[in-house]
Amino acid sequence: MTAVPSTSAPLVIQAAKEAAWTILVVGLLSFLMVGYQTEVLQGQQMSFVNRFGDVIWAMVLIPIGRFLLVLARGGLLLPPAVLGGIATLYLFGAAVLGLAGSPLYGQLPLPYDQPMVNAIFGVGAVFILAAAIKGQRDRRRGAQTLEMREAAEARQARIARNMSSILGPILIVLAIVIPWTPWGDRAVVDSLVLVMTYVMLGWGLNIVVGLAGLLDLGYVAFYAVGAYTYAKLSIALGFTFWESLPIAGALAALFGVLLGFPVLRLRGDYLAIVTLGFGEIIRIVLINWQSFTGGPNGLGNITRIDFFGLPFERNPAPGTESFHTFFGLEFASTHRVFFLYYVIIVLALITNFVTIRLRKMPIGRAWEALREDETACRALGINPTNTKLTAFAIGAMFAGFAGSFFAARQGFVSPESFTFIESAVILAIVVLGGMGSQVGVALAALLLIGLPEVLRDLSLYRMLVFGGVMVLIMLWRPKGLLAYREPTLLLHGRRKRNKAGVQS
Amino acid sequence: MEWLFELFHQVNYELPKFVQFLIVGLTLGSIYGLIAIGYTMVYGIIGMINFAHGDIYMIGAFQAMIVLLICGTLGISWVPLQLLLMLVVAVALTAAYGWSVERIAYRPLRGTQRLAPLISAIGMSIFLQNYVQLVQGPRPKPVEPVISGGVTVLTRADGFVAQLGYLQIVIVLLTVALMAGFTLLITRTSLGRAQRACEQDMKMASLLGVNVDRTISLTFVMGAGLAAVAGMMVTLYWGNNDFHMGFNAGIKAFTAAVLGGIGSLPGAMLGGVLIGLIEAFWSGYFTAEYKDVAAFSILVLVLIFRPTGLLGRPEVEKV
Repeated sequence: MTAVPSTSAPLVIQAAKEAAWTILVVGLLSFLMVGYQTEVLQGQQMSFVNRFGDVIWAMVLIPIGRFLLVLARGGLLLPPAVLGGIATLYLFGAAVLGLAGSPLYGQLPLPYDQPMVNAIFGVGAVFILAAAIKGQRDRRRGAQTLEMREAAEARQARIARNMSSILGPILIVLAIVIPWTPWGDRAVVDSLVLVMTYVMLGWGLNIVVGLAGLLDLGYVAFYAVGAYTYAKLSIALGFTFWESLPIAGALAALFGVLLGFPVLRLRGDYLAIVTLGFGEIIRIVLINWQSFTGGPNGLGNITRIDFFGLPFERNPAPGTESFHTFFGLEFASTHRVFFLYYVIIVLALITNFVTIRLRKMPIGRAWEALREDETACRALGINPTNTKLTAFAIGAMFAGFAGSFFAARQGFVSPESFTFIESAVILAIVVLGGMGSQVGVALAALLLIGLPEVLRDLSLYRMLVFGGVMVLIMLWRPKGLLAYREPTLLLHGRRKRNKAGVQS
Repeated sequence: MEWLFELFHQVNYELPKFVQFLIVGLTLGSIYGLIAIGYTMVYGIIGMINFAHGDIYMIGAFQAMIVLLICGTLGISWVPLQLLLMLVVAVALTAAYGWSVERIAYRPLRGTQRLAPLISAIGMSIFLQNYVQLVQGPRPKPVEPVISGGVTVLTRADGFVAQLGYLQIVIVLLTVALMAGFTLLITRTSLGRAQRACEQDMKMASLLGVNVDRTISLTFVMGAGLAAVAGMMVTLYWGNNDFHMGFNAGIKAFTAAVLGGIGSLPGAMLGGVLIGLIEAFWSGYFTAEYKDVAAFSILVLVLIFRPTGLLGRPEVEKV
């Protein structure tokens, strides 16, 4: 790849062939789906609007991009760098203008009306630019041998490890002080509460997937158990958040054991589909068991979180104290949000702390050993079922805590919050973060949950961008953002490991 | 003898309903089975759960629907020609989606850790759903039935009629024909041989001159083609397409693939038909709300006693 071809003609022809092929594929993909937009008219009749202009633009722009990308990967760097750079600036600039509502946007000659669609094509231009820059870097370094590449990989793993140990405390300090900085207004802290909930869920699932190597696609079920436990305890029996927190965790862990017991002898993807099925079963039961769970409408009027007995209310009932009257403060709605924020930080840090400690205990060692080689573990006398069950139960317990917190934050729970997509997002956080890396999980949660919050204005494109980002990060860093996943303990120290990936 | 007579009467009374559920179950099962083949083939060859497959099916359904509408505006009203056009165009264009998804989101990740393609597939699934929502709008699309009517199979004294719709006959026959063709393709052609070789040992196959990339691409193309046929069927059968219809069908089909033993083609079809029948009978005799619970529970039960599914080969552990 790094050798510069003596003549660039074959490369250009090759790129042209690729581009021609791309024209065909883009045409096939978009002809019906984009070219014919169906619309439902009155009386259930349907008609369509033709948008062949959009199809033709896609058939022109994407092959050009492909052409330049092949050139950049083949070592012809200048045209892709220049054109990619110009297109990036132009498309993103225009998109920013359009999103800001500038009248200038209408004047610019652009392929699409929608600013976001132009921005998505701009992302393609970034790719070309990145490929050109990478080509330049490779050329400067010269040809790499296998040993050099392995050394580079080891260096990266070391950097990731060091980054984690530096980044971790910095992130914690940042998280603690951010409400007191000028950026910490109510909306931001509210979003951060959500992010921290997912950080906690990610850390919880990390025990199951990252440490024990069990693929769980129904993690959200335990989150739901925790949320509904608090909801029911609060509504029916008048429990406060703090009283029901341990019960919610215990119940979720019990569900983990109940599910795990029959199915944990299944391997890999069989386990994945059973956990997925379990998640769906819980959701269906929540929807249909009207008398107990309130059905699709869910349960409302759950007691909100209180400050160890002091509610956050503007007008406390006569004879009782509220948070602001007790401390002699002016009532502010931010009190509750800030308190929620610190509660979830503490809960998440407990999860983190427990995980780190467990890793060093016999059970944690057994999880990691089981992940690497189940047969060997059995030969050494580790009971795989019990070991897996513990991982499942502890992971489920933390999901139960998080669920309970979720109910206390919202004051309302419904089955809609516990769909499969939630499980998928939590799993994506664990994998994108680099399995086993606690800081990586936090970063991935910040990215995957924070990004849609930032993009809230782009309503329609929000989830499109979300899905696309998931794919792109995976392509960019297949091992996760902070990838190092070695067993904590190795027989002969840190030797080069030739196997990567979950073995289950 | 009195009780036997009684029993006979009872059976005679219940039979039409039973037959009706059987017909519905087989139709549903055909659709699930066709989608399940896509899951099972991809799993067999590269060992990943292709979560975007349900959305490929959804795109197939949309494209079949659009072809049908275009037929309407072009004045093509002869039903067999309509069906043929839907089949050919939807299969070809959906296969292009299958190919592109593999090329963009999975091929660069081949040989990395096992969960990376899974996450990429989940991202792709979210992307495709929202892409369709953007380009086709969020509202469900009603499709007017093209094939209606049917033959009466059984009639009960109180007027309940078990009917076998012409559409149901078309669906089941088409599925059987596709399955037969597909079995031939896998067992008799060089492509099928290459596929089976890649399934056993990808590296060895490539050393022996099998073009692994091309074989995997074609696997995705075929899986997407079959999903498009399923999408076309469901467009004709229910005629209510929306952008997240692929999720439920995908999960059901994946369950079917696992139930039959993932990696096994006859298993996928068997699993699909079983899931279809379970759903139909459960909705018929018990409550429709819990039909998915029933399907998943039976999956768990089967897996407890046969951990590799009904027709799956037991895994050989290598140490």
